[in-house]
Amino acid sequence: MTAFLVVLVIILFGVTVWQLNKIFNMSKTADELGDSSEVANLKDNNINGWLMLGLAIFTYGLLIICFWKWGDVLLPQAASEHGAETDNLMLISMALIFVVGFFTLWLLSWFSFKYRGNETNRALFFADNDKLEFIWTIIPVIVLAGLIIYGLFTWTDIMNVDEENEDIMVVELYAYQFDWRARYSGADNTLGEANVRLIEGVNQLGVDVSDPNSQDDIVVNELHLPVGQKVVFKMRSQDVLHSAYMPHFRAQMNCVPGMITQFAFTPTITTEDMRLDSEVVAKVKKINNIRKENSIELVQKGDEALEPYEFDYMLLCNKICGTNHYNMQMKIIVESQEDFDAWLAEQPNLGTTLKK
Amino acid sequence: MSAHANDHAVDLHDDHGHHHKQTFITKYIFSTDHKMISKQYLITGLFMGIIGIAMSILFRMQLAWPEEPFTIFEVLLGKWAEGGVMDPNVYLALVTIHGTIMVFFVLTAGLSGTFSNLLIPLQIGARDMASGFLNMVSYWLFFISCTIMLASLFVEAGPAAAGWTIYPPLSALPQAIPGSGTGMTLWLVSMAIFIASSLMGSLNYIVTVLNLRTKGMSMTRLPLTIWAFFVTAIIGVVSFPVLLSAALMLIMDRSFGTSFFLSDIYIAGEVLHNQGGSPVLFEHLFWFLGHPEVYIVILPAMGMVSEIMATNARKPIFGYRAMVMSILAIAFLSTIVWGHHMFISGMNPFLGSVFTFTTLLIAIPSAVKSFNWITTLWKGNLQMNTAMLFSIGFVSTFITGGLTGIILGDSALDINVHDTYFVVAHFHLVMGISALYGLFAGVYHWFPKMFEGKLLNKNLGYVHFWVTIVGAYGVFFPMHFIGMAGLPRRYYTNTAFPYFDDLADVNVVITVFAIITAAAQLVFLYNFISSMFFGKVGPKNPWKSTTLEWTTDHKHIHGNWVGPIPEVHRWSYDYSKLNKDETDYVIPGQDYIPQHIPLQDNEEELHH
Repeated sequence: MTAFLVVLVIILFGVTVWQLNKIFNMSKTADELGDSSEVANLKDNNINGWLMLGLAIFTYGLLIICFWKWGDVLLPQAASEHGAETDNLMLISMALIFVVGFFTLWLLSWFSFKYRGNETNRALFFADNDKLEFIWTIIPVIVLAGLIIYGLFTWTDIMNVDEENEDIMVVELYAYQFDWRARYSGADNTLGEANVRLIEGVNQLGVDVSDPNSQDDIVVNELHLPVGQKVVFKMRSQDVLHSAYMPHFRAQMNCVPGMITQFAFTPTITTEDMRLDSEVVAKVKKINNIRKENSIELVQKGDEALEPYEFDYMLLCNKICGTNHYNMQMKIIVESQEDFDAWLAEQPNLGTTLKK
Repeated sequence: MSAHANDHAVDLHDDHGHHHKQTFITKYIFSTDHKMISKQYLITGLFMGIIGIAMSILFRMQLAWPEEPFTIFEVLLGKWAEGGVMDPNVYLALVTIHGTIMVFFVLTAGLSGTFSNLLIPLQIGARDMASGFLNMVSYWLFFISCTIMLASLFVEAGPAAAGWTIYPPLSALPQAIPGSGTGMTLWLVSMAIFIASSLMGSLNYIVTVLNLRTKGMSMTRLPLTIWAFFVTAIIGVVSFPVLLSAALMLIMDRSFGTSFFLSDIYIAGEVLHNQGGSPVLFEHLFWFLGHPEVYIVILPAMGMVSEIMATNARKPIFGYRAMVMSILAIAFLSTIVWGHHMFISGMNPFLGSVFTFTTLLIAIPSAVKSFNWITTLWKGNLQMNTAMLFSIGFVSTFITGGLTGIILGDSALDINVHDTYFVVAHFHLVMGISALYGLFAGVYHWFPKMFEGKLLNKNLGYVHFWVTIVGAYGVFFPMHFIGMAGLPRRYYTNTAFPYFDDLADVNVVITVFAIITAAAQLVFLYNFISSMFFGKVGPKNPWKSTTLEWTTDHKHIHGNWVGPIPEVHRWSYDYSKLNKDETDYVIPGQDYIPQHIPLQDNEEELHH
């Protein structure tokens, strides 16, 4: 009832305002109606012209502040072979963007300021100029052609994997709500066939046990990679779309139920070495300071303090996949070939696990 | 292209002395008058916009202060925020519905629906749309689709929460996320109706522009607004049906056990029977609409910005023909670039190369347009009306947002920034904020045409513009950085990764800017509502513009012009044109020549 009354009051108020306005308008003389003071006058042109000059300076300033305050949050150097190449392409593209952005934004602001309206000014009737338009059509064409060619070569290099003639290690990445598994192909470097219809008990990945290739497969929940060894990841998903995102390796590929997708790269920096990288050291220090500060507050509230952070490579899910999408992760460890072999030897293979 | 489509100028409406008596219902509700329908679109669009922006503030608060209790969450979200802490599922639902509302309901219907309806008949010199009835049906279908979308917010398991792109299987299986139950069904029904509405609108716009131009209004004399609306409508007709087919197949997968998009799925402890479908197929179908959709959103804004900029610069738009050609080029290319959303979807890498090529091509017409706008300002006599400010702001955000497209369109670079906040920053600047600036520019400029001569308050307009542009850059500039730091989008909280702890304060800054920017929109809202009733009535042609809509009277009548429709004798950009001796303007003391003024003795005829 109260709600109804409130709505009624609002409606009646609206009607009153409307009717009052009608009366108000009728009582106006034609002169008043012709009053056009809501159109910009010289003062408005002046103030907004100056502010427009400020707009370019504001955008430059904002960019500088962002770099100065948060330049250190960006990803450290690429930890994969192709990553160095994409980072280079990124740098070139970014430089281009900054140059073009700087000049066009400046022209936009400068013209808005310089040609702000006044009474004596007369605008120039300048409707077209084929030469000018040709110039600024052809320049983007040439620049973009360069970028496209560079980009396409890089892309093809990354995506074309010659599994037969290259020395490649095959690893399966298996995604499900909301965790990851990795399956190493074992001594035969061939993954056993698998299908979700075969999922049963400990055979969580639905591996076909009758396939002889599957016997030496090894399933783990922490991804270890030998440094300098090219790895091709065969990706599967059990339920919905996921995306295997490994930002430090500049690698990402969706995991699609019903098909196998792949992405290959060669890790070049071990976890140990990456932890010594100056950028990473600085970043980890900053993070730990933040965590320490947050812990003080937590302890006061009676909660546990946050653990200090140590750098590790990581695999994240980067395609919306459900409630816990934000916490679907796996640790990646890049190590020397010997360490890797030793670790892998300790892991039980499927043949053993399933027999138990 | 200069065929004068309309020699049927002896139109039957000339005897407009008799006026049908209009009741409240035929005038304000089931109106077939394009001006009223445009107002209906605008007000519905703004209402949806308020909801969409409010949602973004809610999830921005969660991102800045993860899992902290807020009373406002408890008040607005009820059982989904017990104790004031937001639930992860409702976070995803908010993100999903925010995207859907802003892209479709605000920037497609609210922008293109409002201004196509208002301006097409008025600027081409037509009494109304080709089919007023279809136009009315189009609005009411839109209204129904809005109602269903809003109703989906109240269902038991929550609204759709699979992202605005609703990729299956997540969107197909209620076991995968609660929002994929009734909420998703309503989402799909709402979108199907929306598409029907959009098609009816678009067909009407196309037919009207082709057939109902007044005498003398050749295609090359059309204002750029009309070109933009016309081409937008064509893209809509080409691409929206594909989304409808995708939605229908998804409905069948969900309800009738088909397997268009599903295969080999084990979920909630059991294997589903579906076999042979592919989610990648859905992605293709979705983005075949989804990418043209961003141009459906941005082209009308581009058209209006061109028109407003020329008027307020008191100069012809620079390179009219290049502007038209680039609109056509963008429209054509927009239908063959959809794959750049799918570089890492698992499709053939060769396709990735093709789509990189076509995508970077689209930068060329975009660059041409930007340079032409900047040159339009050069040596102008800029009148800093609010609409002009928003137009300049549009070019600014279109440049800053568009340039990062060069990175995302490059498949090799996309690998590492795909689905991070870098993408979020990019598309919000280039299509979200830019299109909104276009919308605001249009509202400030054509408000007098909608509300019988009343003008919006300019000082409130200046406050609105300057706070918005500073705030929007404050939101989206830092967002590029957290994206390049590798932070994925659509994460409920980033605290699960200590690696991202140093991004927490950036997120706070972004949220504070977002709240300020949203608050500035309240100024606009106040201005809009109060000016609607109490706005000062300006002269018939307040911005001294050349186009035909300013020759109509303040008072709305069915049929637009009391007498015969004016005949057009020139293009729409004769600003500051000098006479043959270059001593004064063609019409002494007046720096513009409206389109219906015949060629004067003292001027040279130019072919544009």
